[in-house]
Amino acid sequence: MPTIIVDGKSYEVSRGKNLLEACLDAGLDLPYFCWHPAMGSVGSCRQCALVQYRDDDDKHGRIVMGCMTPAADGTRVSLKVDEAKEFREAVVESLMLNHPHDCPVCSEGGECHLQDMTVMVGHRDRRYKGKKNTHRNQYLGPLINHEMNRCITCYRCERFYRDYAGGKDLAAQASRDRIYFGRHQDGILESEFSGNLVEVCPTGVFTDKPFLEDYSRKWDLQSSPSICSGCGVGCNISPGERYGRLKRIHNRYNQEINGYFICDRGRFGAGYVNGDKRTDYVGLKEPSGTFKALKRGEVSYHLTRWIGDGNIVGIGSPRASVESNYLLQKLVGPSNFSAGLSFKEQTILKRQVSILQTTKARNPSVKDIEMADAVLVLGEDLTNTAARIALAIRQATKNKAIAMAKEMGIEAWHDGAVKNLAQEERSPLFIATPASTKLDDIALATMTLAPEEIADFGLKLARHLTEGDSEDPQITEIATHLTTAERPLIISGPSLLNANIVESAAAVAEALVRSNQNTQLSFTSPESNSIGSILLSEDQNLTLQKIIEGINEIDVLIVLENDLSRRLSAFEMKQINASSAKIISIDILENETLEMSDMVLPAASFAETQGTLVNNEGRAQRFYSVFPPLNDRLPSWQWVIELARAIGNKELSAIESFDEIVELCAKNNNFQALLSVAPNKNFRDHGLKIPRQTHRNSGRTAITADVSVHELQQTPDNETPLAYSMEGLNRDQPSVLTPFVWSPGWNSNQSLQKFQAETDGPLKGGASGVKLIKSSGSGVSVACDPTFSFTLEKNFWRLVPIYSLHGSEEMSYHTKEISQLAGLPFIVLSDKDANNMKVSDGDGVVVTGENLKMSISVRVSSRMAEGCAGYSAGYNEIEQLTADAHVQISRDNDWQPLKPVVIATDRIASFKSQDSRHV
Amino acid sequence: MTEKVLTKNISKVNDTTPIDKYEASEGYLGLRKALKSMAPAECLSEVKNSKLRGRGGAGFPTGTKWSFVPKNEDCLPGHKYLICNADEMEPGTFKDRLLMEQDPHQLIEGMILSAYTIGADVAYIFIRGEYRLAIQRLNEAIKECYNSGYLGRNILGSAFSLEMYVHPSAGRYICGEETALINALEGKRANPRAKPPFPQVSGLWGRPTIVNNVETLCNIPHIIHKGAEWFKTLGVGEDSGTKLFGVSGRVKNPGCWELPMGTPIRQILENYADGMQTGLNFKGLLPGGGSTDFLIESHLDLPMDYNVIGAAGSRMGTGTMIVLDDQSCPVGMVLNLIRFFAQESCGFCTPCRDGLPWTRQVLEDLENGKGSEEDLETLAYQVKYIGTPGNTHCALAPGAMEPLQSAMKYFYEDFKDHVTLGRCPYEIDGVH
Amino acid sequence: MIDNIIQSETASTLTSEELQLINLELSHVPQKSGAAIDALKIVQAKRGWVSDECLIAIAKLLEMSAEELEGIATFYNLIFRRPVGDKVILFCDSVSCWLCGCENQKHKLSEILKIDYGETTKDNQFTLLPVPCLGACDKAPVMMVGDDLFTNLNSSKLEQIIAYYRKEGEK
Ligand SMILES: Cc1cc2nc3c(=O)[nH]c(=O)nc-3n(C[C@H](O)[C@H](O)[C@H](O)COP(=O)(O)O)c2cc1C
Ligand code: SF4
Ligand code: FES
Repeated sequence: MPTIIVDGKSYEVSRGKNLLEACLDAGLDLPYFCWHPAMGSVGSCRQCALVQYRDDDDKHGRIVMGCMTPAADGTRVSLKVDEAKEFREAVVESLMLNHPHDCPVCSEGGECHLQDMTVMVGHRDRRYKGKKNTHRNQYLGPLINHEMNRCITCYRCERFYRDYAGGKDLAAQASRDRIYFGRHQDGILESEFSGNLVEVCPTGVFTDKPFLEDYSRKWDLQSSPSICSGCGVGCNISPGERYGRLKRIHNRYNQEINGYFICDRGRFGAGYVNGDKRTDYVGLKEPSGTFKALKRGEVSYHLTRWIGDGNIVGIGSPRASVESNYLLQKLVGPSNFSAGLSFKEQTILKRQVSILQTTKARNPSVKDIEMADAVLVLGEDLTNTAARIALAIRQATKNKAIAMAKEMGIEAWHDGAVKNLAQEERSPLFIATPASTKLDDIALATMTLAPEEIADFGLKLARHLTEGDSEDPQITEIATHLTTAERPLIISGPSLLNANIVESAAAVAEALVRSNQNTQLSFTSPESNSIGSILLSEDQNLTLQKIIEGINEIDVLIVLENDLSRRLSAFEMKQINASSAKIISIDILENETLEMSDMVLPAASFAETQGTLVNNEGRAQRFYSVFPPLNDRLPSWQWVIELARAIGNKELSAIESFDEIVELCAKNNNFQALLSVAPNKNFRDHGLKIPRQTHRNSGRTAITADVSVHELQQTPDNETPLAYSMEGLNRDQPSVLTPFVWSPGWNSNQSLQKFQAETDGPLKGGASGVKLIKSSGSGVSVACDPTFSFTLEKNFWRLVPIYSLHGSEEMSYHTKEISQLAGLPFIVLSDKDANNMKVSDGDGVVVTGENLKMSISVRVSSRMAEGCAGYSAGYNEIEQLTADAHVQISRDNDWQPLKPVVIATDRIASFKSQDSRHV
Repeated sequence: MTEKVLTKNISKVNDTTPIDKYEASEGYLGLRKALKSMAPAECLSEVKNSKLRGRGGAGFPTGTKWSFVPKNEDCLPGHKYLICNADEMEPGTFKDRLLMEQDPHQLIEGMILSAYTIGADVAYIFIRGEYRLAIQRLNEAIKECYNSGYLGRNILGSAFSLEMYVHPSAGRYICGEETALINALEGKRANPRAKPPFPQVSGLWGRPTIVNNVETLCNIPHIIHKGAEWFKTLGVGEDSGTKLFGVSGRVKNPGCWELPMGTPIRQILENYADGMQTGLNFKGLLPGGGSTDFLIESHLDLPMDYNVIGAAGSRMGTGTMIVLDDQSCPVGMVLNLIRFFAQESCGFCTPCRDGLPWTRQVLEDLENGKGSEEDLETLAYQVKYIGTPGNTHCALAPGAMEPLQSAMKYFYEDFKDHVTLGRCPYEIDGVH
Repeated sequence: MIDNIIQSETASTLTSEELQLINLELSHVPQKSGAAIDALKIVQAKRGWVSDECLIAIAKLLEMSAEELEGIATFYNLIFRRPVGDKVILFCDSVSCWLCGCENQKHKLSEILKIDYGETTKDNQFTLLPVPCLGACDKAPVMMVGDDLFTNLNSSKLEQIIAYYRKEGEK
């Protein structure tokens, strides 16, 4: 390892770093702006200056930029010499010439990197007497606020938005001291990752708009280590709360998964937690059909009255924690428990898990995905089904550039040089999907295919890889790229609800792994705990359909955090509703299932409880509450314990803490590792709990309140090592327990580097998350079910789901800003089909099928498989459109744009009155 | 009178030199010679031996620069590029225009030879957009060359092929900086690139690229045709060759002349520019464009050689001098230059983008009689902060500070007078 | 999500001559965005400036976003994003011209045209812009009117030049 000498002291540094990184790693405070650990250096801000000396005899040295100078062995530098200090102060002084000095009214205040650096360089009195430049701000949509006057022109926004995340609608404009970062015209930022601007911008140019409406200073936010529940990737987040309101979400670094960035669903999609659809009190359905709120004290009486020793069936949920699902399964018994997935979903996910348990290929983390040097995507529009993975794949396509640079002796952190050298050269990416994806712009080739054709294509490719029998030039080309790559990646998933696609992905990976052990195979999973649900119910096969078939034998049906209407047809929902089974629903938001329940138990959201979620790769991660549940809400697992007490289940009634559930659950074969996911509630750091509040919190706690009755006590947290207070230490605990980052002098999120073992490296508190899926390595035998293949049928279209980051996910859709961005439901047609139908973008069509007739808006795409029609999956208004259904589509001559008009369907008709908000 | 090499086809009448006339005056003989009997490596050593130094401002030895271009076996397969830097936006510089308007073939031949030497197969002339006449004449000349087999595939029957394009700039001083120029050619914002990697290794479209000034390239045909030894004899000081020297400002006969390297400044000023206009006295000069340090009376006997001018605290730059007379305000002159540099800053790095407008503001205050003692300190501070090479991303900002820092050295009294008088002392004359 | 295929207006916004010239430029750049500056200049050549519609049309043609192209357009001095008069006057205000009294000439010119820098005459004939050193310092002060260079300016010369172009403009 190279050694560098800083102000006479030697430090060992990792190979391949620059001086700025090396200094930060050595624990030295060297200010910077434009450098970013994930985006490298460009040397524009000139803030990270230090003086470098040729050798011992060189007494003058010269100023160099730390971020642009390799930390080569023997490098001698000074941080402290006056020349360097003066220069760094001068840089801040000039950055502040045009800055509005509006910290008191700026939402960045208190966590502003510019503030920190200003203090760090000691700049105080300005000498500039001229006028300040001012800019006009733009409307950038509901998520991001724009205040250009605060800009210090570090170029980070453009570099993140364009270079890192592939967004096209934000760029540097004008020049000299007039540079402007914005759009061409006012309008909604298009990127699914726009929210990261909030954290990437070192000052208050791009800020979190919903947060501004309900604002608190960072030091007044109570935070927790949490996991995003927006999809199956499991990004780590740090939600902030005050006054019982979830205020905002920041990224929480996890080197293996999200690194520094999360998607906009993750950042902005949790507003529903504060929404008016939340369940607050226990509701009992009156004969009239309305719910009566029960008093806390009455609940157990009613529960006991309700649940006898009849036949009780439980339906779990892929968005509820492992622990809640496990307890419910335990309560009703495995054979009476359904994971709560649709039949197709369950079959495919189960298969995904079994493939991952046997495949010879590697099951990569997001970080591993970033390292891939050839990628084949089968059937997934990753940006909308697993956004963070899409961002990783975008980085993976840059590996060729990095390799080219390496050959020329250019380090990967030298961002500009790497880009200039490689120009348009990218690592190969191939995408086979029925419709366009947001990664198409960097794909070497895209294939527009119907779902079966994708599976077929994958299988042909796999066969060619083993037998070399294909003459298809595309297959041979892809095969060549995959076989010559060092770390090829095949990625697929369940989103098209086609099991054969998953099989074919496994087939390709298995074929590749024979010659390359570094072959990676990854599957997405739709919900935050889909894989946990599968692992829990691995050997049981009670499907929702079976439950419906036998619904009349069921006395009580307990539904855990699951809106069945998203999985069942209107007809099936009706069957449940009409049955004699009593339905008890535990959930967070009002939904259709709650509507037809006899009793509703209000559940704590992810922000109000703890639990474990298993992500797409099978990694179990713990999330913790940010604030105690309000009103009569309880964590779902506590409701299940209440139910157990009502039934008289001794074992479960005796459970007194969350840790006990974890211990019980760990007896299940698949969950043995659950105990090591996080420390138990007795963990203490230097004898102290970990505070959720910063020590500058404006709240008041009394250190003696526990032994005195003269002061209000902070809400105790008896379940976890975290405290709802500012007392304790947020420093040396395992990473899984780090609620927020802060360090003296580093109030912004840049303080993260103080928590990292080295810049861009692992956290000092160790990795968090434990993999529950380990492969036996025995290999996958591919079992394709050739039940039906795709044929074009005149006048009929096959429905395929099209996902949107904003709109397709159940919970986030109930956040104001997200539903606004989701817009109206739509159908996508290929331009050829649209042409024949004489419809164009924004026109309407009538979709007719079994039990179905609806009018809906059209989007026309040049990349939509012919004979297939995409529908906006997950949008509430069109739940009756299901994958694979055959429908007829014709031009709607009465279409009035901008209004989804439901003409008639059984379900919707009966529903419309209550559900007017969607119309 | 010295031998005219670069300007032998250039006359007072602003005519171009068509191909036949150019050929008649030994034109394209160098190219014929090289293609027939010299390997690229031989051409390279000839240029190296000639000790030709870049005429674009920095004076880097041309042969050495060329030798950094990797050989084909040392780099990925693909194009190599030669770029002629004809941006000429340095204030007070007016030499390349002349060479291009009146003898375009000389430049083209120089470029073909240079491309042959470094193995480039595509060449660009990056020319400032305002040079309409030069653009037109270069395009005509290039057409003539394609017709005569000097450009295109298999030039003069050899294995060497070259395509050449004229690219008029959309206008920006920073485009003259070679890496910013490359970005401009790629159709991007012309921010300079960080070096290393140098363009010789990774330049236009990521490929090996050489950028040379117009005048530098115009020397090449003569070096190849007549040899390095001959070339070295042209200079009268330590540098070789001739150079276009120019004088502007209030002298009797401003203009541009080809003279031996090492010609003393005084000789240029007095013999060619005919001295100061009546009633004016010499106060100082910028020896090579707006981003060089002032020299004063005591320097006038120095020869115009790179190292000599460097040792005197300035730079040869482009060799076109701007003369300051005793009735023009040095603060005003520096303000004019700083205004230019602040306006032309690309805006990439902080000291230049925000520092230069700050300097401009301080100088404006001084000029307007609103300056204070403190402002003078601030100026000194800025000179160090913005002007120290390495503090900024490229050489624009340090260049911008050269006139200011030397003006403060030589004409400090003038700066002070602005403060004590509370106005510009030169105003009374109503000169400006 | 789904690509919104907005009916391409490229064809109707840009003339076929412009398209042809842009395509020529495209033929010798390895990627389309490489022709951005050339395309802007081509469009500006006839129209005098680059309107929003043209900018968007060019961006589409070169498969760039309007933002990216705007970033380029607004970087360069000679790309005009606002309408200009029939003749753009580039008046050199750099050091040699300054030494030779260009400020007085500029005042004179402003007087004649009744406009300042950045403005266009009422009759839309002239736009006056400052320009960095025009490389004719030995003949300072200098300016360009359209494609033509004028040197050693003085008051009467300025009067004559403007009178000449005014007459030309009437034709
Ligand atoms: C801000 C700036 C502007 C420049 N402008 C020019 C120019 O207009 N013409 C030129 O030939 N060189 C210019 N240069 C120098 C070039 O970067 C480069 O050194 C030169 O073209 C190399 O050619 P040479 O080696 O033949 O001198 C400029 C440099 C800087 C930093
Ligand atoms: S010194 Fe000026 S011109 Fe050069 S990169 Fe910095 S801002 Fe741009
Ligand atoms: S962080 Fe090094 S120059 Fe900006």
